[in-house]
Amino acid sequence: MSIEVIKQGILDTVQDHGRYGYQHWGINPGGAMDTAAMHISNILTGNDPGEPVIEMHFPAPELLFSSSALIAVSGGDFGACIGNISFSAGHAVLVKPGDVLRFVQHRTGSRVYLSVRGGMVTDEWLGSHSTHLKTGMGGMQGGALQKGDTIVLKQPHPVPAATRVLPWYAGMEYGHHNSSIRFIPGAEYHLLNEGSCDQLNHISFLIGRRSDRMGYRLQGAALACMQAHPIISSAVTRGTIQLLPDGQLIILMADHQTTGGYPRIGHVISADMPALSQMQPGQELHLHRTDLATAEELFHEQQLNLRQLQNACTLRLQEFFQE
Amino acid sequence: MHTSYHLYPCGDHAVTIELGNRIDVSVNNRVIALFQHLRSLQANGIRDIIPSYHTVTLVYDPAFFYDKAGEGTVYEYLCEWLHDIVRKQLHADIHPRKLRIPVCYDPAVAWDIAYVAEQHGITIEEVIQLHISATYRVYLVGFLPGFAYMGTVDARIATPRKASPRAMVPEGSVGIAGEQTGIYPFASPGGWQIIGQTPVRMFHAQAEQPCYLQPGDEVHFYPVDLITFQQMKLHEH
Repeated sequence: MSIEVIKQGILDTVQDHGRYGYQHWGINPGGAMDTAAMHISNILTGNDPGEPVIEMHFPAPELLFSSSALIAVSGGDFGACIGNISFSAGHAVLVKPGDVLRFVQHRTGSRVYLSVRGGMVTDEWLGSHSTHLKTGMGGMQGGALQKGDTIVLKQPHPVPAATRVLPWYAGMEYGHHNSSIRFIPGAEYHLLNEGSCDQLNHISFLIGRRSDRMGYRLQGAALACMQAHPIISSAVTRGTIQLLPDGQLIILMADHQTTGGYPRIGHVISADMPALSQMQPGQELHLHRTDLATAEELFHEQQLNLRQLQNACTLRLQEFFQE
Repeated sequence: MHTSYHLYPCGDHAVTIELGNRIDVSVNNRVIALFQHLRSLQANGIRDIIPSYHTVTLVYDPAFFYDKAGEGTVYEYLCEWLHDIVRKQLHADIHPRKLRIPVCYDPAVAWDIAYVAEQHGITIEEVIQLHISATYRVYLVGFLPGFAYMGTVDARIATPRKASPRAMVPEGSVGIAGEQTGIYPFASPGGWQIIGQTPVRMFHAQAEQPCYLQPGDEVHFYPVDLITFQQMKLHEH
């Protein structure tokens, strides 16, 4: 029972929630960029929300299923199809032995998540299956998927009569509104000079070309602090917005390093990280300041929505398997 | 002095406790003491505890604490808990290991040693003497798995980071950035001034304790020539 990678994508890695508990050793947590999409993918296949998934970028891989399975894709839209059956993110699909999953066109988003009902056999390192590329640990032997790789599935699945997209959709509205990403002030926010503070909250930034799983480099008017403030290295987390010496901002993403020495201007709120994770180089974004209480409420609301989706999908799957 | 501290949010999922504002042994001892104590509590909902020179950051799961926090924010709820803890008189349980690490300072592998010498108007030999004559304390491990930040480098060789970082420095590169010194455990982009290479592996992923160096350790460097370095490297791997 396995999936064979017949064509590799530009960056496909096994990810889960990330590897926590070891940052004091410099081991950065990693994990899925769009955690909401990861959850939805698992919810659709009836998995535990934290079950390891394959995170794909575009160009995405071509995957041959040697056995039947119930799979789901979520996140961006890369034109997923099996043969002449197309389906969009937010759907579960019954696949037959011999089916090839392809992604033919990049339409929206940056990352797509593939889950398989019952999960895949992947390496665990320090409590997580997330791929840590630097150390070569976790996931598929610590590396990105390559042509010829075989991913073993943990559970068998009865062979369906035909490849079939299940008729329900699970998804979530991302973000505040288009291109607006909310943040709360960081430890060095008050050091921004007045002009910079103003600009931060009003101008638009472009997501730079060199944006990836480690960080999004923003391009915009140069910002500055009131005085040259040497910062002693301290912990940074996913979503931390740092001010680089050239006056440009970088937003740390899933593969951020554990500590940093640049001014921490702000932190993107957890609820907006999924939306940010789906934005692409070349896209415009606005940073919008909010407060901690609002940030917490929005995250809580998002978690409630995910739980509701999970309940709904569980019910649908139960009904479906009883037929 | 024992009780001065400052708490602030590090996003909506982490809180940082600042115990000082400089690279200082007594501040770092308080950091290690607090870090050890917090870890010993094994509190549910706390995902990571990250010490630095002068701060301890707790990464938490906001969903776990949401109901417990009641009317106020999760952050406020955790701060209340932390105030009681930070005010305790804690003592770091450090058993400083004294470690000697071989370094090859040959300019063939010490790419920036000539630059550092020139910047300070001294010879390469003098740079080496100044680097090996100090005892360095490991303050924290961060940035990369097993990357130990050590201090304090003698002012006569302390040199700022490179204006443009290199796309790649090899595993084992020994660098200086200001008054800090460190060893890259992996090939990595790097902005530190590379003054040598060590054959010693800083990180063993499969080991129970993968980091060769730990906060509190005392490190001395000693010079080895290029041939010895290459032989040691073969032996190590």
